[in-house]
Amino acid sequence: MDFFSFNEILSIFSATIRISTPLIFAAMAGIFSERSGVVDIGLEGKLLAGAFASASVAAVTHSAWLGLGAAIVIGLILSLIHGFASITHKGDQVVSGVAINIIVSGLTVVLGMAWFHRSGQTPTLPNDARFMPINLYGVDTISNIPIIGDIYSKLLSGYNLLVYVSFAAVALTYWTLFKTRFGLRLRAVGENPKAVDTAGISVNLLRYKAVLIGGILTGIGGTYISIAQNASFIKDMSAGQGYIALAAMIFGKWKPIPAMFSCFLFGFLEALSMRLQGVSLPLIGEVPVQLIQASPYILTVILLAGFVGRAIAPKADGIPYIKER
Amino acid sequence: MTDSPVAIELKDISKSFGSVQANKNVNLKIYKGTIHGIVGENGAGKSTLMSILYGFYEADHGKIYVNSKETTIKNSTDAINAGIGMVHQHFMLVENFTVLENIILGAESGMMLSHSIANAKNEIRKLEESYGLYVDLNALVQNIPVGQQQRVETIKALYRGAKILILDEPTGVLTPQEADQLFDILRALKEQGTTIVIITHKLREIMRLTDYVSVMRGGEIVTSLKTSQTSKEELAELMVGRKIHLEIDKTPVKPGETLIDVRNLGLTDAQGVKRLDNINFQVKAGEIVGVAGVSGNGQSELLEILSGLSPCSEGKVQISDITITPKRQTDPRAVRNASIAHVPEDRIKRGLIPQFVASETAILGYHNSSAYNGIILTKTEEIRNHCVYLMKNFDVRPNNPDIKSANFSGGNQQKLILAREMEKIPKVLLVGQPTRGVDIGAIEFIHKQIVDIRDKGSAVLLVSGELDELLSLSDRIIVMFDGKIVGQVDASKADERMLGLLMTNSYENKEESQNESSI
Repeated sequence: MDFFSFNEILSIFSATIRISTPLIFAAMAGIFSERSGVVDIGLEGKLLAGAFASASVAAVTHSAWLGLGAAIVIGLILSLIHGFASITHKGDQVVSGVAINIIVSGLTVVLGMAWFHRSGQTPTLPNDARFMPINLYGVDTISNIPIIGDIYSKLLSGYNLLVYVSFAAVALTYWTLFKTRFGLRLRAVGENPKAVDTAGISVNLLRYKAVLIGGILTGIGGTYISIAQNASFIKDMSAGQGYIALAAMIFGKWKPIPAMFSCFLFGFLEALSMRLQGVSLPLIGEVPVQLIQASPYILTVILLAGFVGRAIAPKADGIPYIKER
Repeated sequence: MTDSPVAIELKDISKSFGSVQANKNVNLKIYKGTIHGIVGENGAGKSTLMSILYGFYEADHGKIYVNSKETTIKNSTDAINAGIGMVHQHFMLVENFTVLENIILGAESGMMLSHSIANAKNEIRKLEESYGLYVDLNALVQNIPVGQQQRVETIKALYRGAKILILDEPTGVLTPQEADQLFDILRALKEQGTTIVIITHKLREIMRLTDYVSVMRGGEIVTSLKTSQTSKEELAELMVGRKIHLEIDKTPVKPGETLIDVRNLGLTDAQGVKRLDNINFQVKAGEIVGVAGVSGNGQSELLEILSGLSPCSEGKVQISDITITPKRQTDPRAVRNASIAHVPEDRIKRGLIPQFVASETAILGYHNSSAYNGIILTKTEEIRNHCVYLMKNFDVRPNNPDIKSANFSGGNQQKLILAREMEKIPKVLLVGQPTRGVDIGAIEFIHKQIVDIRDKGSAVLLVSGELDELLSLSDRIIVMFDGKIVGQVDASKADERMLGLLMTNSYENKEESQNESSI
């Protein structure tokens, strides 16, 4: 049966990578924010806002890069709002994050209708206003070699630029957190902000920096959803990926590389579910489409409820820092 | 007092929080290269004053001179730059960081960690050698004992170039041996020119360690003295403003029937670690049995089992009319009904509900009593009257039943809890840390009440981290280490040194410590 053929497996893996990309951006954003002690349930909203901003700007300017820039700016603005509410004014971080999600979900549709008159959708973009797949060096030559060629051309090459950027983001996150002064302070402020304060470092400034980095990353993730993976913005197109990224981050214990792999796990299930639709499996028979489509979400619930009980969150995660003795 | 140069001078420092004046026109001189003690009751303003010096708070008015130069200290950075370092009472350490990471945090020498770490190692080694401050730099802070954690705090301050070191209640969490080591280190620091300010409520330490001592009361400095020209008794009187009896008058023990009988008690936690192992002891009516041990060696678990808060996994406990076995659990209400009173170790978490008003706290645990409940509504007036009565009996201030529990001082919260638990003269009284964070005047009162209830025939089990308290209150002391009872001594024959050694399981002379269930 060709479902288990080498080419099929390669294509499921490459679909996994394509699906995981926005999850990885959002999960890294979550790691920065939560490692500094700010819970970021607003990842979902920031992805969606980024998707809308990039699709709108790209539709008007025909430039994918300007779209990306707009998405990053929106990500930064939303992060500043989150920071203003929860860092400066010590508000509840979850409430602030949920508020962002709700506002974005409504505002993107309203603005989309007002600007483009297509019931909330943005115009379909031509290819030159999107991030299109690129071929890595020498694909044509190497692809003729059996197996290695297939792996190179189908698994490693042929993604759009942002996919490769997401891998760089993981490496950069790891390097920043564990190899730099900024990373040491960031991790410290999420564990014991008082220790950071008494060491003469501003807790609030550090936390602002962390959520702003998160804003940049979610902006790129949102761009990927609307103008790389798709060719326009559609209402609520982030479809819970922000929450899934949050689950992946927790399952990865707030560490960049394990978090990336749990993003892959979610991406793989999604890829598998697309591939499995209508396929009859031996022994089981045809699996209902709805069940397969629900599987990433079911996994989210299981992981969050069961396995993650043992994951230890940064100790000050979710607690506004109030200076007192 | 002397003509040696002044390291710190505070002039007319005042600070208010709302209507509370925490510091009032404080004037203080601290001489270079001396150890200067600051004593005072809780709420006397010691911590506020030091927080002003370390830049946590800004004074409302007044001036700070460091090395005779007027210095503005707006935040911790300013303090560090002025050469002031602080060892906080609750350590400012990141628990899942290594010792080294904690030391360099905020004082890194460059953007990249590897660079900072290499630089720091040499410098820390020098500090270690000159002051005897040895620590394992690669260990995680959460895995090293508190005494070591305190060294990390000290190194942190010195690594930042502190020439003036403030220590806030440094010995609160230390065993006597660890405290001795700390004092050796502090003396070595002093020898090499560091100025040390130590805040404590332990007068014995002041007498042993300091050159000068300042007494604070009600936000003011009452007086500053040369330590060699004063005494414990004088300092205690100055702190409280009246005569204090540091010694407790106690009649000889007259044990009655056995009210607590613990046999082969064991507890294994969810991770499979043995928290309690083969515990055997008895407490009779009319005696106080103290439980000593470095915190975390099973004392808390023991109290929790006896008070019905958590189950045991081995053995048998007979306490008042209640039998506890692994198969036969009990619960706090059954325990209360059997005339067993419990004053929990953590009064904020378990003794009261901070958001409740005092009258509500005063009936917690007894709130089902028909005295406080009508058919549908609670009898508010009865509850208030009861609270007023308790407050009068136990001298709780302010004696207003409508104030939130959180707004009483630690000592008054504790007095209210003790009043609640002792009111009906229980057969058994389980007390955990009765005077933790309680000021000296209230300590005297609480100790007297505990001895009183013993004289009325209650069996008292007292868990405390204060060896002074254990030695003066208890008739017998059992010492716990690593979940086991490692010693059981007659309180009149014990002293701090011996208990300290037992607590760290390094006591050699086995003749004096017996492992049997009774003396």
